[in-house]
Amino acid sequence: MTDIDLSAQETELSHATLPRGAQWLVAIAAAALGGLSLVLGAGIVGAVAVGGLAFVLGYPLWALLVENRRSATDKLVTGLVWTAFGVAVIPLIWLIYMVVARGTAAISPEFLTYSMRSVTGDEQGGLYHALMGTLIVTGIAALISIPIGIMTAIYLIEYGKGSRLAKAITFLVDVMTGIPSIVAGLFAFALFTLVVGPGTRFGFGGGVALSLLMIPTVVRSTEEMLKLVPDDLREAAYALGVPKWRTITKMVLPTAVGGIVTGVVLSISRVIGETAPLLVASGFNPNMNTNALEDSPMMTVPVFIYTQLSEATAKGVEYAWGGALVLFVLVMALNLIARIVGTIFAPKTGR
Amino acid sequence: MSISVKDASIFYGDFKAVEDVTMSIKPKSVTAFIGPSGCGKSTFLRTLNRMHEVIPGAYVEGKISIAGQDIYGSGVDPVAVRRKVGMVFQRPNPFPTMSIYDNVLAGNRLNSKRIKKAEADEIVEDALRGANLWNEVKDRLGKPGMGLSGGQQQRLCIARAIAVQPEVLLMDEPCSALDPISTAAIEDLIHELKSDYTIVIVTHNMQQAARVSDETGFFNLKAAGQPGHLVEFNPTKQMFTNPDNPDTEAYISGRFG
Amino acid sequence: MVAVRDEAVGEAADGSVAGAAVGISGRGSVGDIVFRGFAVAAAALILVALAAVFIFLGIEGIPGFDVDEQHYAGQGSFLGLVVPLLFATMYAAVLALIIAVPFSVAIALFISHYAPRRIAVPVAYVIDLLAAVPSVVFGLWGAVALGPYLVPAHGWLAENLAWLPFFDGQPSGNGRTLFTAAIVLAVMILPIITSICREVFAQTPRLHEEAALALGATRWEMVRYAVFPYARSGMVSAVMLGLGRALGETMAIAMIASPKVVVSLFVIGTQNPQTIAAHIAQGYKESTPDRLSVLIATGLVLFAFTFLVNALARWIVARGRAK
Repeated sequence: MTDIDLSAQETELSHATLPRGAQWLVAIAAAALGGLSLVLGAGIVGAVAVGGLAFVLGYPLWALLVENRRSATDKLVTGLVWTAFGVAVIPLIWLIYMVVARGTAAISPEFLTYSMRSVTGDEQGGLYHALMGTLIVTGIAALISIPIGIMTAIYLIEYGKGSRLAKAITFLVDVMTGIPSIVAGLFAFALFTLVVGPGTRFGFGGGVALSLLMIPTVVRSTEEMLKLVPDDLREAAYALGVPKWRTITKMVLPTAVGGIVTGVVLSISRVIGETAPLLVASGFNPNMNTNALEDSPMMTVPVFIYTQLSEATAKGVEYAWGGALVLFVLVMALNLIARIVGTIFAPKTGR
Repeated sequence: MSISVKDASIFYGDFKAVEDVTMSIKPKSVTAFIGPSGCGKSTFLRTLNRMHEVIPGAYVEGKISIAGQDIYGSGVDPVAVRRKVGMVFQRPNPFPTMSIYDNVLAGNRLNSKRIKKAEADEIVEDALRGANLWNEVKDRLGKPGMGLSGGQQQRLCIARAIAVQPEVLLMDEPCSALDPISTAAIEDLIHELKSDYTIVIVTHNMQQAARVSDETGFFNLKAAGQPGHLVEFNPTKQMFTNPDNPDTEAYISGRFG
Repeated sequence: MVAVRDEAVGEAADGSVAGAAVGISGRGSVGDIVFRGFAVAAAALILVALAAVFIFLGIEGIPGFDVDEQHYAGQGSFLGLVVPLLFATMYAAVLALIIAVPFSVAIALFISHYAPRRIAVPVAYVIDLLAAVPSVVFGLWGAVALGPYLVPAHGWLAENLAWLPFFDGQPSGNGRTLFTAAIVLAVMILPIITSICREVFAQTPRLHEEAALALGATRWEMVRYAVFPYARSGMVSAVMLGLGRALGETMAIAMIASPKVVVSLFVIGTQNPQTIAAHIAQGYKESTPDRLSVLIATGLVLFAFTFLVNALARWIVARGRAK
C-alpha cells in the first residue's frame, strides 16, 4: 500500500486495514523488547517502561504506515489513555501495599492498647491514646456539624428557596468549602486563645476546627439528597392537610435518609484523616487524655503519625506506619459503611 | 358542602394568571373544569384548597368560601383547609417509603394522630373499599405502594385522600397519565364517590367531562400572556348541547384548543 | 350548614371531636414556627461562624503584620516572609497541576469514553478510593517510600537536565525534595480533577457524539470536536478546584520536603522553597505570641488567596453556564 492509491480507495467503503489481532502482535513484540532490555540490565521498571513505550508508539506507527494519519492518531491517543490509567494505579497499589505490609509489622496488641507515656528508647509504646483522641475529636465535630449541616440544608431547600438569605448562605457554604484545612485549625486556635487563654490546645478546639471543614460537606450532600425528593410527594402531603414541618420530618427526611446518612458518613471519613488543623488546634500529647474540655492537648492518630515520623528514628517510622494502617482501616470502614447504608436505604420499588 | 367563588383573581407575583372568576359549586355533585392548556383551570383548582400557596409569591384576590366559611379569612389555617378539601394529582404519587397500608393512613400518621390498630384497620379497609381497590390489594397491604400499576397507584392516592375524611375532593387531571382501562375504573369511582363528596375535576378530555360531571366550567384565555377567565359555567348537558357562548361551542366542537 | 356538616364529621372521624369542632380556623402552627426557627438559626449560624473565622483570625493575626523583626524567620519583615512563602505555595501547586492535569483528563476520558463498562466502574471506584486516603498517609508514603526511591532520578535530572533552572544544582541524597512532594501532591489532587472531568465528559449530549461519529470521525476526533468543546468550562473549573486544594494542602509538603524560606525554582535540592501551610505546621509549636501572630497572619494571606482562586473557578463555571 502506498500513499498514491489511498485517495482512490478512501471513496470506497474498505481500505487497507491492519490485520486482525494486530494489537496482540505489537504487544508481543513490545514485551519481547522489554524482556531484552531486562536481560541487558535495565531493571524491572526500565523494562516495563521500554515495553510500554514500544507498544504505545509502535502500534500507531504501524497504523500510520498501513492505514492513515487519522487512524494512527486515534490509536496513539487510545494507547496514551490506557497508559495514563496504568501509571496512575501504580502509586495507589504501592501505597496500599506499603501501608498494609509495614503497618501489620508494627501492629501488636501492645501497640493498640499502650499510650506513649514515658516511652524511651526501645520500650514498647502505642497509639491507644491517639485512637481515643481521634474518636473523641471526630465525635465532637460530628455532633456539631450534623445538626447544623442538615438543618441548614433543610432551610435552603424547603424554606429559603430564592430568598436573599438563602443565596448568601449558599455562597458562604461555597467559601467554607474552600477554607484550607490548616486555616480552620488556626481559627479554632485563635478563638480559644481569646476565650480560654493564650496557647490553648485541647480536644474541643480540634472538634471545632474539624466541624468547620465538615459542615459544608454535610450541607452539600444533604441538599443534593433533598433535591431528589420529588415535589409531587410534598404536595401530596400538604394536600392531606399535613403541616410543613411534619411533611419535612415524616416524609421528606425519611425518603432521603439513605443518601443523607451516606453523605454524613463520608464527610466523617474525610475529616477523620485531617492532620493540619488538629496539629494546630488540639496539639500533641504522649499521654492518655480523654477529657476534651480540659485545657490540655489531646493526641489524635494523624498527629501521632506526623510526630512519630518527625522523630526520625526507625522505631518512630515503624509506629508511623502502624498509625497509618489504623487510620486507613478507619477510613475504609467508614466508606464501606456509607456504601452499605446507601444500598439498604435505596428507594424501594417493585413488588 | 357548597363552594362559592366571587370575583377571584389569582396572581403569581406581578403576573395575573386568572381573572374574575365567579361560580357556585353544588354539594355532592361533580363539577368539571375544561379549557385549553394554560388557561388557568388547574391554577384555579389549587386555590380551592390553598395549594397554590406552595409557590412563593402566589396570592388570591376576591372571595372563596366553602360551606359559608371564607377560606382566606384571617385566622384560617391553610393546613386545616386542606384537611377538609382533599386533592388527587395528575401523576399518581404514593409515598415511596411507605407500604400500601401506611400510604392510606399517611394523612393520620403524618399528623401523629394516635389510632388503635383495630380503628386503623377499619379506616384502611373503608378507604380502600371506597376507592375500589380493596379486593386487588387486601392480600398485600404491607407491600410498597410503588409496586402497584399506574391505575392502582392513582386509586391508592384517592384512598389516601378520602381516608382523612374530607368534604371536598379536588382532582387535577387524574387520568392523564393512565391507560384507557384504568381511566374507566377511575371514572366509575368518581360516580360512586359523588354520593359522599363534592368533587371538582380538571380534565383536558371533553368526553370525560361529559361522562362524569353534572356541571362544567369552561376556562379560556384571550391571548397568550393574558390572564385566563371563566367563559361559561352551566349544567354539563346544556353546555355540550346548547352552550351560551360561541367560544364554548367552538372549543367543544373541536375548532380550537 | 356548617354545624350539620361538622356533626357528620364528628361521628365519622376517629373519635377526636376537636378536629371537627375547630373547623378550618385557628389550628396552632407552633410546630411550623419552631421548626422553621431551627432551620433559619442553623443557616444563620453558618453566617456567624464564617464571620467569626474572619474576626478571630483578624484579632490574632493582624498584629502579626508588624512585630519585632526577629519573628519573621530571618526575613526581616512580613512581606519579606510572606512573598517567598506565597511564591512557594503557588509553585508547588502549579508543579502538581502540571503533573496531574494530563493524567486526570486521560483517566476521566478512559472512564467515560474508552474503557469497557466492566472496567470503567471499578476504575472509577479505585480513583475515589485514592481520594479517601488521608493526606498524612500520603505524606508518610512520600517521605519514606517514594522519596528514597526517586533518589536516582534526582541524580539523573541533575546530571542531564542541569541546563533547566529546576534541576541546576546539587541533588538531594534522600529524595525529600519539592520534586517528590509535587508528585505526591499530584497524586492527591488527581482524583478531584478526574471525578469532575469524568462527570462533565459523561454529560456531553449523546447527539453531538453520534453526529461526529456519523460524519466518519474516529473516536479521538469525536472526543476532540464533540466532547472537549462541550466540557471546556467544566474542565477549567475542575483544574481550579484542584489548584485550590493543592494550595491549602499542608501535610504532604511539610512531611516530605526539607524546607527553607527562599524564592528558588530549584526543586531537587536539600533546601526547598517552603509553602505557607507547611511553614505554619512546622512552626506551630512555637509559643511566643508574636511568632504565633505572624503564623496566623500568613494563614490569613493563604485564606484570601485560595478564596480568590475558588472565586475565579466559580466565575468561570457561571460564565460557561450562561453561554
